[in-house]
Amino acid sequence: MPSFPKPKIPDAVIPPPLRKPAKPGSAGTPKGQAPSDLKESPERRSAGDKLLEVGKEAPIDALGWVDQRLAASGFLTGMLFRKVPKGTNWFYTLGSATLFAFIVQAITGVFLAMFYVPSATQAYSSIAHINNEVPFGQLVHGMHKWGASVMVILVFLHMGRTFFFGAYKYPRELNWVIGVVLLILTMTMAFTGYLLPFDQRSFWASIVGININGTGPVVGPYLSDFLRAGPELGATTLARFYAIHMLLVPGAIIALIGAHMYLVVKLGTTAPPWVKAERPKVAAPVSQLEAGANGNGRVNGDRAPGAPVDGEGNGAA
Amino acid sequence: MADDANKVNGADEAPIKERVKPDPPGYFEGESMTRRHVFTVASQALGGLAAAGIVLPAVGFAVAPIFHRGKERWEGVGPVSDFVEDTYRQVVFTETEGIGDAGKTTAYVRKSSADLEEEPGKFVAVSNRCVHLGCPVRFVEAAGNFICPCHGGVYDFQGKRIGGPPVRPLDQFQTRVTKGQVEVGPRYSVTSQMEPVRARDPGEFTGGIWEYLYPPRPSTFPPP
Repeated sequence: MPSFPKPKIPDAVIPPPLRKPAKPGSAGTPKGQAPSDLKESPERRSAGDKLLEVGKEAPIDALGWVDQRLAASGFLTGMLFRKVPKGTNWFYTLGSATLFAFIVQAITGVFLAMFYVPSATQAYSSIAHINNEVPFGQLVHGMHKWGASVMVILVFLHMGRTFFFGAYKYPRELNWVIGVVLLILTMTMAFTGYLLPFDQRSFWASIVGININGTGPVVGPYLSDFLRAGPELGATTLARFYAIHMLLVPGAIIALIGAHMYLVVKLGTTAPPWVKAERPKVAAPVSQLEAGANGNGRVNGDRAPGAPVDGEGNGAA
Repeated sequence: MADDANKVNGADEAPIKERVKPDPPGYFEGESMTRRHVFTVASQALGGLAAAGIVLPAVGFAVAPIFHRGKERWEGVGPVSDFVEDTYRQVVFTETEGIGDAGKTTAYVRKSSADLEEEPGKFVAVSNRCVHLGCPVRFVEAAGNFICPCHGGVYDFQGKRIGGPPVRPLDQFQTRVTKGQVEVGPRYSVTSQMEPVRARDPGEFTGGIWEYLYPPRPSTFPPP
């Protein structure tokens, strides 16, 4: 395994109590190193140079000031420089891609809400207003509309990656469960958002969707009534879907994404199933050699190509 | 309290210096709850009570519409002479108020027919809402059938299912005649034997055990 040099963490992001003390004779903190330059060329330090130096230090000082109070740099460096298993590849970006899609939905959604009117009589015309008259309205609406499909697709791809790589197994079952809840919430977002333009397509699609909910035995009819806020799809239905779409589900999604990512960082990611575990090469006991000699003479850890690999090696790095 | 504790600990006989110091403070033999436990339970109960005071009304607010039945609404759809026995006439009326055209619905109305063993002198209003998933069905005059464009549901002249995925006959509306005008009222569903029951949503079976698996909703009107 090739060893890469450890990334050098800039001193600035490490809080002073954690910084390594400067070695005697070497350059210490920027404040300490100034005199050697000054002695050689005092005339070069004009007021402008001083100002420049202060300006250069200012962001670092500000960062240090914040971090002294937040103490977040330890966590951040631990998270950003954490180790990932050998074989990590592009498939592992699907989760971040989903997160990115969600962020796009959140941002465009906030701006759409500035023009959208959740009223049965004005919803359609407010969407027409966004599309036809508001500058960049069609773009923002389009990003939200197509981004919704992109997010649903990415969620499923991410889920498929997790499934086929066996990344749902111990100790990551809880993260799989959280992911499934996030999938359901994403579908809820897609379903409730579909009604909001209140055109023919959204109207009938919502009726069909609510009726599918209603076919659940015993609770189904009540669930339909809850979604419609009454026996028929009406003005309250739109307000209800709007509230679910805007307030209820996004809050839950943000909270669960936080839990999801915490577990990813805490537990680490898995290696792809095709990456074999590296086993220490040790001399095999005589008894194993004898047993192996009956077959093809191989010992454990030196498998024939294509021989089944047991799952032990796929754990977290 | 303190006296009790001392008595239980047998402090009466012992001189003051030899009395056992209760540990934790305030403990006496035979007590069922420590002071800490009492306060833990009490503060959690108070917190739960406060949370319930906020959550219950909010949840009730959201689910209240399930139990709310609106006002009965009747709308005239044409004079009695407009409707005949052997074919339907399409009428459009408002079922839900306050949402403009989206609240309108379509019914097919005819006079009751003696050939179909219906009560004479009445009017039949069949909803165009397909009972599969709620798409609008169309009455096809040539075939004498209702046909749904979405998934191929077919209903006969009376609205009974004769093909496709629907689960029961088409819904109907109550009808009455006021001052020579035919009026349509609340929606109701029918069983496969054409017995009226409270309105069900599309996709829900009616009759027999299904009346329990898909219970009638309080927001619907009793059948005629």
